[in-house]
This record gives sequence, C-alpha cells and structure tokens, in this order.
Amino acid sequence: MLANIGFGALLITAILSAYGIFAAVYGVIQKRARWVDSARNAMLLTFPLLTLAAVSLIILLVDNRFEIQYVASVTSRSMPTYLKITALWGGQQGSLLFWAWLMSAFTTAVTLRKWDRDREFLPWVIVVGLITLLFFLLLILLYENPFMKYWALPGGGIVGALFRPAGATLFTPADGSGLNPLLRHPGMIIHPPLLYLGFVAFVIPFSFAIAALITGRTDDRWIRLTRRWTLWAWLFLSLGLILGGRWAYDVLGWGGYWGWDPVEIAAFMPWLTGTAFLHSVMIQEKRGMLKHWNMVLIILTYALVIFGTFLTRSGVLSSVHAFAQSAIGPAFFGFIALTFIASLVLLAWRWSSLKAETQMTSMFSREALFLLNNLLFIGILIVCFWGVIFPLISELATGQKVTVGPPFYERATAPLFSGLLLLMGIAPLAAWRHSTVKTLGRAAWKPLVLSVLVVAGIFALGVRHWAALVGFWLVAFVTGVTLYEFYRGAMARHRKSGENLALAVVRLAGRNRRRYGGYIIHLGVVLMAIGIIGIEMFQQETQGTIPQGGELALGEYTIRYDRLDIFDAVDNRNVARATLSVFKNGEYVTELHPRRDFFYDSQQPMTIPGIRSTMEDDFYVLLVDWLPVSTAGATFKVYHNPLVNWLWLGGFVFILGTFLAAWPEKETEPVLRTVPAQARRLQAYGD
Amino acid sequence: MDAVSIPENNAPETQENTVRTRRIGWGIVFLLVIGLLVMIYLQLDKVRQGPIGKGDEVPNFTLTTFNNEQVTLEEHRGKVVLLNFWASWCKPCEQEAADLEMAWRFYQPRGDVLFLGVDYVDTEPEALAYLEKFEITYPNGPDLGTRISQQFRIRGVPETYIIDQQGRLVDFQIGPFTSLNQIKAKIDPLLTP
Amino acid sequence: MRGLIRSFWLIPLVILVVLAVSGVARAQEANPTVTDDDVNRIAKGLYCPVCENIPLDVCGTQACQQWRDLIREKLGEGWSDEQIKTYFVNQYGDRVLAEPPRRGINWLVYLVPPLAFLLGIFILVKALRSWKAGSGVPEAEGTADAPGQPPADEYIKRLEEELRRNQ
Repeated sequence: MLANIGFGALLITAILSAYGIFAAVYGVIQKRARWVDSARNAMLLTFPLLTLAAVSLIILLVDNRFEIQYVASVTSRSMPTYLKITALWGGQQGSLLFWAWLMSAFTTAVTLRKWDRDREFLPWVIVVGLITLLFFLLLILLYENPFMKYWALPGGGIVGALFRPAGATLFTPADGSGLNPLLRHPGMIIHPPLLYLGFVAFVIPFSFAIAALITGRTDDRWIRLTRRWTLWAWLFLSLGLILGGRWAYDVLGWGGYWGWDPVEIAAFMPWLTGTAFLHSVMIQEKRGMLKHWNMVLIILTYALVIFGTFLTRSGVLSSVHAFAQSAIGPAFFGFIALTFIASLVLLAWRWSSLKAETQMTSMFSREALFLLNNLLFIGILIVCFWGVIFPLISELATGQKVTVGPPFYERATAPLFSGLLLLMGIAPLAAWRHSTVKTLGRAAWKPLVLSVLVVAGIFALGVRHWAALVGFWLVAFVTGVTLYEFYRGAMARHRKSGENLALAVVRLAGRNRRRYGGYIIHLGVVLMAIGIIGIEMFQQETQGTIPQGGELALGEYTIRYDRLDIFDAVDNRNVARATLSVFKNGEYVTELHPRRDFFYDSQQPMTIPGIRSTMEDDFYVLLVDWLPVSTAGATFKVYHNPLVNWLWLGGFVFILGTFLAAWPEKETEPVLRTVPAQARRLQAYGD
Repeated sequence: MDAVSIPENNAPETQENTVRTRRIGWGIVFLLVIGLLVMIYLQLDKVRQGPIGKGDEVPNFTLTTFNNEQVTLEEHRGKVVLLNFWASWCKPCEQEAADLEMAWRFYQPRGDVLFLGVDYVDTEPEALAYLEKFEITYPNGPDLGTRISQQFRIRGVPETYIIDQQGRLVDFQIGPFTSLNQIKAKIDPLLTP
Repeated sequence: MRGLIRSFWLIPLVILVVLAVSGVARAQEANPTVTDDDVNRIAKGLYCPVCENIPLDVCGTQACQQWRDLIREKLGEGWSDEQIKTYFVNQYGDRVLAEPPRRGINWLVYLVPPLAFLLGIFILVKALRSWKAGSGVPEAEGTADAPGQPPADEYIKRLEEELRRNQ
C-alpha cells in the first residue's frame, strides 16, 4: 500500500514535470502568462509529492518491510532506527530518490521568490530545473525503482517486480542484509546528503545562466540573482568534502583523509569550477568583464555535477565508492552529452552579446590576479579530469588497465595549490583596475617581513624540509595579509568614527559580508594548509607484531599492548578491541582502543583506529591482525600525524566564513543597476 | 575549456579575423568535447557488455603453466575448451575445484576436450598449494600481467568459459559450478558421441 | 621585492621540478630480518587489482595479504625494492603501479596537463595583452587608487564607498 503511494507520487511528479516543461515553453512562445504560471504551479507541486514518496520509503525502511527489495538490501532488524532512516541514501535506488527530493526542494524554493522584475527568466529556470528533475525521476521509474517488491513465483524462484506477476505471492525475507558497515559512521550519515545538496544547489545558478542565454539578458543580472544560491551550493559541497575527509580518516583506516580516489575526485571537480566561478563572477560584477568565461564555468560546473554522479553510478570506474553495476550508465551518459552540448551551442549562439563592457588595464590589477586564480583552478581541474579519464583511454588503446594514483595527483597539483596560496596573499592587496609592482610592494612588505620572520623561526626550531618551509612561508604570508586587511579596514573605521577596534572589525565584516567572509574562508584554507603540510610531509608510520605486554615505538611515542577483548555487540557485530597504553617520552599519556568490527549481516570487517588527538599531533593506531590464540600477540600499525587537527579546525573556520558570506541579508533583492559602462568604470573601486 | 573571451577590436578587418578565429575555436572545442564523449561511451559500452558475448570468437592467448609449458589456445582448435579463472584466495573457487577436476578426469581420455585453469592475481606458493590440495591435474598457469583476464573482461573469480571446436564462446558461468552434472551439461551438447 | 613579484609564477615551476626529483625512490639497504615497515614501504606503491585504487599496504583482502607475504619472502631472499616491483609488474601487469610507466601512450597522462596549462597561460597572456592594448589607459594612472600608502582619508573614502554600495 505504502509502496504504491510512493510509486504513485513518483509517477505523478514525473508527469507533472513533463507538463511543466511543456507549459513553460508553450507559454513563452505563445506569450501567455497563464501557461507560465501553470508551469510554476507544477514546479511548486513537485516538492510535496516527492516528500510523500521519500517519506513513504522512510516509513518502509523504519518498519522493517523486507518484502521491498530496497529495504531488504540496506537495512536489517538489528539496526537502530536512525540508521534505518539514513539508509534512505545508503543504496543506489534510495539515494537517487533522495537526490530528486533535494533537487525539487531547491527548485521549489527558487520558484517561490518574487519574480516581478525577472519574469522573462522564470519560464527558463523552470524548464532547466524540471528537465533535470525529470531525468532523475525517469531513472528511478525506469531503472532503479526503490519500491520494487519480492514475489515468489508459483513455479519456484523469486523475482523483483512492482506489481504482482500472475499467480505469484508476496515474499518477505526474514531479515535484511543490513547497511554497508562503512556507512554507519556519523560522518557518513551526513556526508552524502551534504554533497547532494551541494550538487543540486548548483543547478540553480546554472538554470539562471541558461535562462540568461536564452532570453539574451546577458548582463550580470543572473549572477546577482543567484549569488547566494551559488554560495550555499558551494558551502554544502565544501562541507560534504570536508566531512568526507573526516570520515575517511576515522573509518577507512589508512591514516589519511584523502586518497585521490576517482570518486573523491568526481566530487572535487565541480567544487574546483564552482570556486573559480565564485571568484570570477566578482570581476563581471565589478568590471563587466569575463561574461563568456563565467558562462563556461557554470556550464562546466553543472556538467561536472552530473558527470560526478554518473562516474559513481555507471560502473565505468571501479572505486571504493562505486555503486554496483547498473543499467543507468547509458541514460546518464545521454543526458550529460545532451545538456553539455546544448549549453555550449547556446553559449556559441550568444557569444557576441556577451561582450565585455570595459577593458583590462593592468597586469597586476585584482581582475588580472583573479584570472590567474581561475587558470590555476582550471589547471587542477585538468589534472584531476585527465587522471580520472586516462585509464579509460589507456584501456581502449592498449587493452591494458593502468592505475593513476596519488603520486601523480600530488606531484601535479602541489605547485598549483601553492600558486593559489600565493595568489591568496597577493590578490587582496591589489586594487581593481590598476596596480603596479610598486603599489603592490608597498602594500605587501609588512606581511612579507612578518612571514619571513616566521619561517626563520620555524627554521631555527630545526625544520629543514624545504617544501614544508615554502609551505609555512605561504601560510604565514597569507595569514599576515588577511589579518592586515582586517586591521586596515578596522583602523580606518576607528579613526573616522572613534569606534573601538573590536567593534570596528565586527561592523566592518557585517557590512561587507562577502568580502570579509571571503577573507575568513582564506584563513580557513590557510589553517587547513598547516594540517596538510603536517600530515603530508611529516607523517611517520610503523607496523609491528608484539606480544601481550610488549612495546612498539614510533618517534617520541611508545605503545604497550595490554589486552585484547573479543565479544559480540548488540547490533550484530563481533568486536575485537585492543587496549593499549600510550607513552610519550616515557611518560604515560593515555589509553587507546583500536578495534576491528566484523558485521555478521553483511560479512564485512571494519577497522576503527584508536586516536589520541591534540593540536600538535595525532597518534593513530590500527589493529591490523591478531594471532588465533586470541591474546598471545597482535599486529598494530601506528601513524604519527603532526598538525592534522589544524585541517579540521581550518575546515570549521572555512565553513564559518562561508556562512558569513552566504547568510541572507535583510535586503536580498539586489538593486537593479542601470549604470552605463562609463559610469561604472568610475565607481569600480576595490571589493 | 580555454575559451577565454576573445579581445574585441573595432576595426572591421580585424573583426572579420576575430570571427574566423572564434569559429575555429568553437570547432576545436566541439571536436574535443565530442571526442571525449565518444571515448567515454565506448568504455561504458565495454563495461556494460561484460564478458565476451556468446557466439563471439574468443581472443587467442598463450598460457604459461606452472610447469613452464606453453599452451596456446589456437593450437587446440577442434577441441572443446573449458577455461576456468580462479585464485587461491577465492573461497567460492574451492566449492567447484573438486567437481572441475572430476569432470576433467571424465573427459580427458576422449582427447577432444581441454581444461585450462588461469590463476588470477595470485601468489605462486599459495596457488601451488591450492592445486595440490584439490589434486588438480589439468594445465594451470598464472595470468601473467592479468592479460587473459582483461581479454575476457572477467569481473571476478571464479568464472568459467566454454569454447567450442571452432574457437567460439558457447557458454559461460559466473560464479562457481555447484555440481559435476552442471559442468557436464555445458560440455556434452558440444561433443559428438 | 620587485623581482619577487615579477617572477612569482616561477615558484610553482620550481616546486614542480624539485618534487619530481624528490619522487625518485629512496635508496634502501639489504636487511636480513624483514620488518613490517620494509614490506609496507614497497606495498605503499603497489595497487592490487582485487581492490582497485586502494594501496596494497592498507588493503585488507586475502589476496593483498598474500601479496604482502610474497614481498616479505622476496625481501628475505635479498631482492631489492626495484626488483620486487618489476616482478609484480611482470606478474600482474602495469596496473599494479601507482602511476602508469613512462612509455608509449602513457606519456599522454604526463604531457597533456602541463601542455594544457601552458596553453592556458598563453591564452591568458594574449588576452591580457590585447585587453591592455585596447584600453589605451596609461599605466601611470594606476597609482591613483592603489592601496598601501595613500593618504588615510582616501583609504577611508574608498572603504566607505565600497561598504555603502554593499558589495
């Protein structure tokens, strides 16, 4: 019954979406506002309907309705209720439904806004949103239906079908096979929804861009309208990536946070173009330039969002994250090819109307540095894309598989990331339009001196790793510049109005959120860089088998193996839990419990590290193996990860900054600017 | 991807030039995009095809056995060939190992059936121990460079391929055989009594 | 100062070169007793086809366990790191390496990104040049609103103006 309601809701939404697309296009062609309004209503209905479908599935999951194939494949009786709810995105079918549901939430929200001044955008935003939604709904309806049931055929055998095959009876397995244990971690519970939110939210700026191209309103109106949407999309995507890293660090048991796995890269690529877009739209807003480029970036971002989803779900790539072999590959492929080529054709058609209103005047102006920033982001994108795609080329050409692994990406992207850090230090000092080496130097010398002093200090402390020193110098320089920017602004306010400095900083940030939110994001990146330098360049590891009471040393640390307990936990898993004493420089510091969980229902093991975490370093121990006579001896792998906590702290600051930049202001409707180019040039001061 | 906007100039002759450059630029962009899409499609298609299709001619390969003998598929035209992919670390392979060996001993005297075992991503000592444990006597060898498994596009082990006298694939089995009869049922129809 | 800024784009290139050099495998000494760390040192750079994209030293499958035992055995026999890697490549193909070996079509993976990046620089520089040339604004004008040491009043004016415009 519930399954039929859910399926019915899906079906109706799909029909409604198709109708909405038709009504919007027809309304524009015939110039009939009523049809467009009707399309808008159709769009508004998609969210409640998909909510009905999603809630139906959630109830089925919580209620142990194992006659539903999806329920049986991702839940089991022993799972706690909250995990049963999160199982909604634990498998292919459910997560597609979840994707569509979030997508409809965003498109519905964007339709609710006031459209008085932008009526010509409305139908096209509806069309792009609904086409994307319809595509996902068709995938669900035709290939990956989460509401399929098990049926026992009269002649024996069990099939999955939506409706009762002739003579069959409903078959209910006694228990389900349970959620993949790797997905039972709190980080994993919210990591996919955040990534999906980021993905679907980028559809909004894309649909406005397409609307701008179709209607020919190619000024910066579409960018101003979608600025906050883009920031929110970017916020979710960033948060998803950071939490994904944290999850990997806590659960995957390789002492790292990022493995350059194709699927990680698939989520990272839209982030790269999205970040480039966030920067380059500022040039269009301030200077009326780069209109083509911004279109290219948002089209790429959308294509990469769909491409990323495709990579993980089509089976083209094999990866830890990959969903099982699936029939949806060709459909996905067709959709990407169609939307990408259609967007490019639209762009080519409107190319001439996207002329720049002003000209670049200085190689050292902020806009020139932003362009360089874009180049670096695109450089990283090319490395990532090429690394992911190359094994396909190689296999086609030679029939042999190759691996493109972390060394390739690290070597290729490290200089590009360093370049980005450097730009992060220089660009805020440069003014729009004009800057020269001289003016830049005048603004930069204080932070520069400061950063050199910091590096000298680090050198004096005994660090001789040259790459790390370069890294720390960049970190110090960017921090210096960013704080100096806050200081300069606050001092100016202080001198003028007599506010005290603290208040001046708060007021300053409050009045130009995007600028100062951006600077806080930069500080977050810098803190993350500290963590990354720490773990990438100073990580140490060792592995050894020690008897009970035996010791294993790594750097300043020693572990003593005290005990191993093996027991069954309530949620149907077997736990082997070691107890270790950790000594630092011979002094007892703490007790750690690395463990190995074995999940009976899914027959999968999972290695949970024991971590002692401080701002200075993480001491990270894995239980690799133990001898059959349980307590005789065990093998441990020990990592020393210096500074890695700065990565998570930086992530926190980063998100905080994005919140500041993205938080809606009282007056969310940007004022329509009809300033002619010449006048704009005059008022185009720094951002 | 590198379609940074092309500079605007007002002189008419350069404008014509710009238009041409732009056309060429777009041509290159579309060619690249389409080329890329075609490539991804080809790979997708290959992945989806899965193992070699029934009725297709089987690619030739040479297996170097653990006894250092060379077995080339083409040299055994006219025989029915059963090609089994396995590994010592593969638990399900153990289920079918005894049945396969029994089937081999049943067909071997006829002379027109050949069994070949290809050891996928395995280490030699464990592999030899496995062969000994199940007393396997038909030719077995490591899949050097994982070439044979890539030719057959296997998805895992065990997988078994039945090749007819003309060198075409007749049947395959994904996962282990569960009985001797199941193996015989795949081979017998191909043999003339 | 001036030189630093003018050549700042060189820094990534320098870093690239040095990173490439430091990527060369570290020398190793023959050790009669093989430790887990020795095994992991080699395993880190190998990828088992059974668990794609997971380095051998952290992969938990039985197949990978056997591979690590094999590395241990070979090390015990006095093989060098390179010999062992070559052995694995011969046995299981190029895919066991963390990066494609530098030959044949595999050069594409190393050459395309730098070439694309250079093309990007070329296009960018060309675009900047022509923009600048087209603008006809003398460079000297730039000092007017440059940051750094303009009179304090002017900085405040600019800031206030920016803030008033609210982004």
